[in-house]
Amino acid sequence: MIYEHSRTGRRATAQTNPEMAELSDIPDALLRKRPAGLPEVSEMQAVRHYTRLSQKNFSIDTHFYPLGSCTMKYNPRACNSLASLPGFLSRHPLAPDTHSQGFMACMYDLQEILKHVTGMHDVSLSPAAGAQGEFAGVAMIRAYHDARGDTARSEILVPDAAHGTNPASAVMCGYKAREIPTGRDGDIDLDALKQALGPQTAGIMLTNPSTVGVFERRIKEIAGLVHEAGGLLYYDGANLNAILGKVRPGDMGFDVIHMNLHKTFSTPHGGGGPGAGPVGVSQRLAPYLPVPMVDYDGTDYVWLTEKERPDSIGRLSAFAGNAGVLLRAYVYARLLGRDGMHRVAEFSSLNANYLLKRLMEVGFDAAYPERRASHEFILTLKKQAKELGVNTMDFAKRMLDYGVHAPTTYFPLLVPECLLVEPTETEAKEDLDGFVEIMRTIKQEAETQPDLVKQAPHTMPVRRLDDVRAARELDLAWKNDRNAQPE
Amino acid sequence: MSDTPKELRYAKSHEWLRDEGDGTATIGISEHAQELLGDLVFVDLPEVGTNVEAGGDCAVVESVKAASDVYSPVTGEVIEVNESLDDAPETINEDAFGNGWMFKVKLDDAGELDSLLDADAYDALVAEEDH
Repeated sequence: MIYEHSRTGRRATAQTNPEMAELSDIPDALLRKRPAGLPEVSEMQAVRHYTRLSQKNFSIDTHFYPLGSCTMKYNPRACNSLASLPGFLSRHPLAPDTHSQGFMACMYDLQEILKHVTGMHDVSLSPAAGAQGEFAGVAMIRAYHDARGDTARSEILVPDAAHGTNPASAVMCGYKAREIPTGRDGDIDLDALKQALGPQTAGIMLTNPSTVGVFERRIKEIAGLVHEAGGLLYYDGANLNAILGKVRPGDMGFDVIHMNLHKTFSTPHGGGGPGAGPVGVSQRLAPYLPVPMVDYDGTDYVWLTEKERPDSIGRLSAFAGNAGVLLRAYVYARLLGRDGMHRVAEFSSLNANYLLKRLMEVGFDAAYPERRASHEFILTLKKQAKELGVNTMDFAKRMLDYGVHAPTTYFPLLVPECLLVEPTETEAKEDLDGFVEIMRTIKQEAETQPDLVKQAPHTMPVRRLDDVRAARELDLAWKNDRNAQPE
Repeated sequence: MSDTPKELRYAKSHEWLRDEGDGTATIGISEHAQELLGDLVFVDLPEVGTNVEAGGDCAVVESVKAASDVYSPVTGEVIEVNESLDDAPETINEDAFGNGWMFKVKLDDAGELDSLLDADAYDALVAEEDH
């Protein structure tokens, strides 16, 4: 805690404004009676403290990070440095269009690139993150049905393997989420889908490849059934990395898609943002896209706003969304080009399938052994948990000792003792082989000295945290009285 | 050898029900369900007086792994809830079939009980899911 370094009166002089701010026009009732309880440290202490904290992080720049469903791939430095060019950084969002043509050209091109790579008719970049993209997508489904006077549709279908955000987005838009079970082979249960479809169906939200790491093989049939019932198909772009440029959601029959640029298009990831969750739509939903969008009239780039698009669901963020994040995605897409995007899909799938086969060879069980993996796959450690008393969480904690960020654990919920592993396309074969050796070693440890694994981690700054107690007795306040604070 | 109590009835969604014989029933989640969820950290109970439907979600149990809906096995009115779970959700982990009961329902139709599973059928269901 930075407070532990605090000493009364210590200042980072170089950072301090030499003149006191003028406070006389602030009403007395609004002024503090005591100084805020801020840490008082020198500049160097602050730098050291936060640098040390950052060194305790696991990150893609320092560690293998196969966190399934999150697509933790390397972010090329070029994306960051080009998006940080002074012309972009200094542009004021209210600057006239004549001063923003370069930026607007990039946004227009990004819209076009995303349209082509997903097979959608139109794209809006404005949602500020994946969850907002989902909200925008379902709001457009609602707007479409409402505009047709088709207001009896009250349900959105969601497979039981879906990300929890899907039913949450449906409910946010006033729909009831109805769960569809997954079959033993990982595909959606088609009979259950047929039973659930009806005049009350507004749409279905699908992730393909699905959250269990396999490609939904009967997607054409599903699309036909849902459209026949008058519903629309929503594509959750969480797993777009596996099919980028190879298979297009628009061609599968989807009407709406949101894209997590932080996953597939390599923008900054984790830490709660900033994000970007562009949405793409089929022709019939195009009028409802959120504004602003960028158009090109043959000479100039122009903003499309409520005026040009009166049926839009509206604005979701200030100005044009997270411009800096969109720029990074644009640079990434331009660096890759069409061939590069194909390679992303090919190598993310190849890496996942190679890793799956090698882990099966050393004795791990795949949740869907008969299925080919997409860009990620699920192991189930049910056997180890039952026979050795060493569960998935124990394996995950032990991986930290070997310098690997653990894969996603206990998600999706329908596979017991699961590890969701996503190596991504940016890992070399040697790194994948290294992970297999680590998993083999931990498995041996679990068989011969299970307590070593059950008590892991042993080499981290903190030992195994009691997450149950932390959740039951939540305590987030720093006690100021543990440290001398000025009155 | 199963410890699934013979005197209780079970829903496929892993709730148990005890017929109190006076037109009311006590409901909780099974030992198998608590084991799958892991250590519970929060329980959201229905309010007394709420009408619940057979198969309708009416409570939530949350562990460090997951939050999960609890479905009422029968239709009726909630007449009592186990408020001690607010402070001690772990009671369900420790004693799922006893002190970990969740709520009591005044039955609309006692005939609904016949559609629930007995202990042997429930054990078979768990074994099947555990294939």
